[in-house]
Amino acid sequence: MSARENILARIRANSAKRGATTQAEMDQARSHIATRTRGPAPSIARQAPLVRFEQESERLKSTIDVIASIEEVPLATARYLRDNGLPTSVVGWPALAQLDWSAAGIAFANRLANREDAVGVTDCFCAIGETGTLLLLSSPLTPKLHALLPETHICVVSQSRIVATMEDAFDRLRTERGVLPRSTFFVSGPSRTADIEQTIVIGAHGPYRVHVIIAP
Amino acid sequence: MQVKSMHFKATSSAKLNDAVLQTALKKAKAKFVDGRAAAVAEIDIWQDIRTHAAALRDGVIANLDAYLLEFEANATARGAVVHWAETAEEANAIIVDLAKKNAVKIVTKSKSMVSEEISLNDALEAVGVEVVETDLGEYILQLAKEPPSHIVAPAVHKSKEQVADLFEAAHHRPRTVDIPSMTREAREVLRSKFLNADMGISGANFVIAETGTTLTVTNEGNADLVTTVPRIHCVVTGIEKVIPTLEDFATLIRLLPRSATGQSAANYLTLTTGTKQPGDLDGPEQMHIVLIDAGRTKLVGSDMKEMLRCIRCGACMNHCPVYQNVGGHAYGWVYPGPMGAVLTPTYVGIEQAGDLPNAATFCGECQVVCPVKIPLPDLMRKWRERQFDRALRPFSERISIAVWSAFATRPALYAFSTRIVARVAAWMGGKNKRITSLPGLDGWTDGRDMPAPAGKTFRERYRARQVGQVGQVGRVGDMGAADEAGQRSKPTP
Repeated sequence: MSARENILARIRANSAKRGATTQAEMDQARSHIATRTRGPAPSIARQAPLVRFEQESERLKSTIDVIASIEEVPLATARYLRDNGLPTSVVGWPALAQLDWSAAGIAFANRLANREDAVGVTDCFCAIGETGTLLLLSSPLTPKLHALLPETHICVVSQSRIVATMEDAFDRLRTERGVLPRSTFFVSGPSRTADIEQTIVIGAHGPYRVHVIIAP
Repeated sequence: MQVKSMHFKATSSAKLNDAVLQTALKKAKAKFVDGRAAAVAEIDIWQDIRTHAAALRDGVIANLDAYLLEFEANATARGAVVHWAETAEEANAIIVDLAKKNAVKIVTKSKSMVSEEISLNDALEAVGVEVVETDLGEYILQLAKEPPSHIVAPAVHKSKEQVADLFEAAHHRPRTVDIPSMTREAREVLRSKFLNADMGISGANFVIAETGTTLTVTNEGNADLVTTVPRIHCVVTGIEKVIPTLEDFATLIRLLPRSATGQSAANYLTLTTGTKQPGDLDGPEQMHIVLIDAGRTKLVGSDMKEMLRCIRCGACMNHCPVYQNVGGHAYGWVYPGPMGAVLTPTYVGIEQAGDLPNAATFCGECQVVCPVKIPLPDLMRKWRERQFDRALRPFSERISIAVWSAFATRPALYAFSTRIVARVAAWMGGKNKRITSLPGLDGWTDGRDMPAPAGKTFRERYRARQVGQVGQVGRVGDMGAADEAGQRSKPTP
């Protein structure tokens, strides 16, 4: 018998079940999965998603800028980079390449991020109010490394795509995409660690700064 | 990991006299206990979420085979290869074989307690693979050649000066004790490892049956680099980590970071489903998931099955007065504190870990703070009962318990003898009402005096009070460790 069979057999023997897992038992597990029962949600999850998202983002040490149109993203990016004394060369996702970056004085590279890149610009699938979280989905046009390797991650969020809870985000994901991508990536603020003397340091292996630009 | 739990008493004594450790433990206690309390207070229905989470974990464990098979089918459909290992040796053999077949030279790892259980690093290094721990705490301990002392904050026992010494020796850079500078130094040193690794190894906080997904909960971003950059991603995890749906994950993640570190959200939640897809610019070409038993099936269907609910937050140890004083290394294996007092005897044998279930004051705080309501004191008590039944405790302890039991099960005899003991002990206490020496129990009185009882037994005083206050009998004695936030029952004054 293989390890797989032995483990499954031990589970069943100790659960006082006979023989191999039956079709009826598999169907029962699948029908339980299909109910997708939500757990109880706290009051904080019922606050207005946009207000909550802004408040929680600040708590996570992300910064926020609200703009009037998507066309303003390059200027808002330039403003943030200038105010923080950061380089004006960025690497970004293809969907954002069509914006007029050069008019804002920014060199926008449309390619995969590497270790030399200081600033990565992405958008996101949606954002979650309850915890101030960004949800990024991997795909050929939305590689994950842009949000990981550079020291600064700038993320464009569409206001209409800020949902209340993670459950709402999963509903949207199932409706719009059907299946999970290879990487379903929830980002809540810049990377951090407290591994030396429990002292919180912002900036561990991921970005030091997460700047969120909220567009309509 | 080599088991050293049999040395618990000796190690604990040494740890109590370790000044650096004691400072670190005091600091950690304040952060973890206060941080969790504040984070939990923000959730108005914390108890409802705990109840839901405990039930959902129980539901999976009761049908563990079906959920594992569903997970396996869905993960396989997305291009992952699912391996099963009954023991640590089998798991290591699978991963070493993968490394050899794929000519792996460098492995980057994100934190995995299961990999500590099986001593995976040793197995890979034995065949010439360079293994690099990338979680900052684990990296520090890899340099120090020490095991973790906490499941969430592995290097909690180290001072910044000790870390600075390790970094100076390993990195050959000017020594600094500035914590942000040290963190940046580790980032810079590890960056090239991340980018040049052939295989990334991660644990899994959960695996999701519905989607065949494995997932990590981290703050540093290292797990994301480990699971994205190398051409092979290997997950090592226990068979009990399966949960049915994405919604179940949403529930559990409301509990996990708040319980673990007092954070409202962990920085990175990474759900990984299968391999690199056509056209993807990043992601691994191969994904392997090693599901490990190594003792877990012993808990299935047993009278300790609640332990399988555990989501590895570490709140039980953070709130344990024993852990707070001796630290994690004293426990002598991967899992310290109350969870370790239940898991270590199960996984490595009670003969090797007999002191752990006895290293508890039974204050009940671990059960109160457990996000999935594991009755840890009850489970430790069950290990004590088994030790007694199997004559695994010292003769003097067993005979004392047998004598106690003989009295405690005979109410009249108990009442009579306690009346005598209470009076003799009150007399022994003298004018200061302190007993300075107890024959046969000098281990207790050498270090402290015992307060003398008042001279009458509890039952005598209770009866006297009842006579005086007919109709006002309060609930007496029930300090049940049920819930916090006003739900902990208190005796009526």
